[in-house]
Amino acid sequence: MAEAVAPPGRRVLAWAQEYGVYAAVGVLLLFNVLFTPHFLDVANFRTQLVQVAPIVIVSLGMALVIGTQGIDLSVGSVMSLAAALVALYLGYGAWPALLVALVGGAVAGTAGGALVAYVGVQPIVATLALLVGVRGLANVLVPQLVEFRNPDLIALGSSSLSGVPVIVVIAAVLTLLMAFLVRRTTFGRQVVAIGGNRAASELSGLPVRRVLLLVYVISGVLAALAGVLATARLQASDPTSLGLFIELSAITAVVVGGTPLSGGRIRVLSTVMGALLMQLLSATLIKHNLPQSWTQIVQAVIILAAVYATRERGTR
Amino acid sequence: MSQSVAPVLEARQISKRFPGVVALDGVSIALLPGEVHALVGENGAGKSTLIKVFTGVHRPDGGELIYNGSPVAFGTPLDAQRAGISTIYQEVNLVPMMSVARNLMLGREPRGRLGVIDTARMYGEAERILAGYGVVTDVRRPLRTLGMGVQQMVALARAVAIDARVVIMDEPTSSLEPREVETLFSVIRKLRDDGIAVVYVSHRLDELYEVCDRVTVLRDGRVAHTGPLAELERLKLIALMLGRDLDEVRTGGLTRFSRDRRHARERDGAAPAVRAEGLTRRQVLRGVDVAVWPGEVVGLGGLLGAGRSETAKGIVGALPLDAGRVLVGGLPLRTGSTTAAIRAGVSLLPEDRKAEGIIPALSVRENIALAALPSLSRAGVVSDAKIDKVVEVFMRRLRIKAASPHQPVQELSGGNQQKVLLARWLAIRPKILLLDEPTRGIDVGAKAEVQALVDELAEEGLGVLLISSDLEELVEGADRILVLREGAVVGELSGDDVTEDKIMASIAERGAESDG
Ligand SMILES: Nc1ncnc2c1ncn2[C@@H]1O[C@H](COP(=O)(O)OP(=O)(O)OP(=O)(O)O)[C@@H](O)[C@H]1O
Ligand SMILES: [Mg+2]
Repeated sequence: MAEAVAPPGRRVLAWAQEYGVYAAVGVLLLFNVLFTPHFLDVANFRTQLVQVAPIVIVSLGMALVIGTQGIDLSVGSVMSLAAALVALYLGYGAWPALLVALVGGAVAGTAGGALVAYVGVQPIVATLALLVGVRGLANVLVPQLVEFRNPDLIALGSSSLSGVPVIVVIAAVLTLLMAFLVRRTTFGRQVVAIGGNRAASELSGLPVRRVLLLVYVISGVLAALAGVLATARLQASDPTSLGLFIELSAITAVVVGGTPLSGGRIRVLSTVMGALLMQLLSATLIKHNLPQSWTQIVQAVIILAAVYATRERGTR
Repeated sequence: MSQSVAPVLEARQISKRFPGVVALDGVSIALLPGEVHALVGENGAGKSTLIKVFTGVHRPDGGELIYNGSPVAFGTPLDAQRAGISTIYQEVNLVPMMSVARNLMLGREPRGRLGVIDTARMYGEAERILAGYGVVTDVRRPLRTLGMGVQQMVALARAVAIDARVVIMDEPTSSLEPREVETLFSVIRKLRDDGIAVVYVSHRLDELYEVCDRVTVLRDGRVAHTGPLAELERLKLIALMLGRDLDEVRTGGLTRFSRDRRHARERDGAAPAVRAEGLTRRQVLRGVDVAVWPGEVVGLGGLLGAGRSETAKGIVGALPLDAGRVLVGGLPLRTGSTTAAIRAGVSLLPEDRKAEGIIPALSVRENIALAALPSLSRAGVVSDAKIDKVVEVFMRRLRIKAASPHQPVQELSGGNQQKVLLARWLAIRPKILLLDEPTRGIDVGAKAEVQALVDELAEEGLGVLLISSDLEELVEGADRILVLREGAVVGELSGDDVTEDKIMASIAERGAESDG
């Protein structure tokens, strides 16, 4: 019960809900600057950002889906499908291959979205089916790791724009686009309204089903793009293991960023912060030679804290 | 009501602040055993907040609560309930997916051996209890499949069945029809005779005078008056609520529907704005025909469950139909699509504001703009300037009380939420407006404004379909009334036949068998 908390406590909680992730990222940065050798090296920063970029891109779509009270478990498999398609169509050049991969993502998204919006399947079930099926398809298309030498694709994964890796630039631009989409467009506001109260949105004449479908398509396309970028960076297409468990990282980023799983609110920049926080955290613990299991435990604590902080906002 | 009786529950100098508003400012009130205490005030005056302080939902910022002579602080609503304070909240607060019986018996289900719930007994008991309230229904059905009125009776039965010393009712009649209001009143009188203190919140003055002994008027979070109700003249009460002069109120500061509008409208040759033909849905609607001409207000009369709300929902495509069609301006509407209906200019203000109306976490501003978004944007990008303008106009015109347009709508008082919804619909400038209980839960001042607005819009050529369980409102507002029973139109009244008696007679005609 929100109001049962004494006013000062309530204010702290409200503040934590809004800016907790930013503060946590700040604290972690500060800690590293003070205690981690070579942390301020440009190379280190680049590595961190390049690693987190695909997660950020996938999280953007996930945030949108979660904003409608849904969830998209298929993102990792869609990444692997994209990797497979890129490998298959690279013969036509990097850009056509990229396009085919994105179309593949859109098709997967359409399948999930149609199940959710038109057939009425629960999002978790619909996308779980896709999680299994799409990776299977990717594995059939490209059964084992394929290396490639296409210079355009390799450039996409490793070149920089005035010092900033292209992947990072793309993630940043997409973040801004998504923030704009959510805040400033009719579509974005409709997404949030549908997540907030679907029955009311229907009675208000919003094209609920079309919006839902589009949300999953966007998530699919973003996942496919992340898959292509990851593949470009690897310089190899690896449908068997690419994107495994990334749905969990993406959901974590969204939740830690303060978007409630109960829908009706989408926080784009905070989602990115959530992804950065988890990345920084594991990097920090690794640099200080703590075992992986520690990272997992700390991540669990952060997720719980985030869920606790968003709890009342979500359930009312 | 001698003052020698010690109060059961007493609030002393209670204050409660929310960001941007002082909801309660030093409110003191004493509830005596065996009295029905009316709590009245404008929308946003602080009535619900005071109740939530009593029941442990809100913790007061200042002041104290005295229960049975000793100070108390309830941590949660459950604590208050266990201590004997039972509440029916303004928004029905039950579990929609669970069966009627489960909702009624939640937390005190009859148990058989091994502590397993004895479902047969539970259903039997639930049926028996509800029958006592004049509700005959299949208690196995999920609650959400029932109308708001029946849901409210379930909430009432549930609240009263718990051994209580104080029973609080926040606008309990807002979705009841006259017969059920009578049942409610007899329950209230019985509670009073049993020495229970009843708090009764309502915007319907008739009801207050009928059952209440004393009244406390709240205005802007302060007590404006406390005393016996019978001695207080009606207009004086209104004046106290609105904070205006008695004279000002008397000289018609409260316009309602203007009656002179009722003449046979010119409609020779003109097509109806909307015509529904043979709307049919199994067990709910049996071939309902309705037509509304531009500039006309058509009332739908009937008991709960007669199919009034369903007719409205059928017209806008929110209720899947087995048969029937809807014509707007002579053209058939795509069935089952609210989007198509709204694009054609037909919109519905739904009855259940919490489940089907507000988007709780979004701001007042966004809730108002929601349906009109496409026309308030350019190339898919919303235009702040346009939205601000519309929102400003309606917040002023409907006198929506909010800390700012950016306040989440869930933080508004019930009546103000209702006004936000009205604004949402008016913002799209519909050709036909279906209003399902439009003045539900809004205060006398605002009610008059809404009614005047409906009048004005009809003058401008809007067709209105009005559903109201308030017969007086129906009679004053409508040019013509269709009476529904069991999903079919059983009578039509127009001109001088539009009276409360004739409506009642028409409802009762053809067999006195009741429907739930
Ligand atoms: N949770 C909340 N957060 C912020 N403000 C609130 C909250 N609850 C109520 N308020 C504000 O407190 C004031 C009193 O609201 P309250 O619900 O008590 O009014 P009310 O008298 O019950 O009105 P109504 O007749 O419309 O039901 C309003 O201005 C409302 O906006
Ligand atoms: Mg209220």
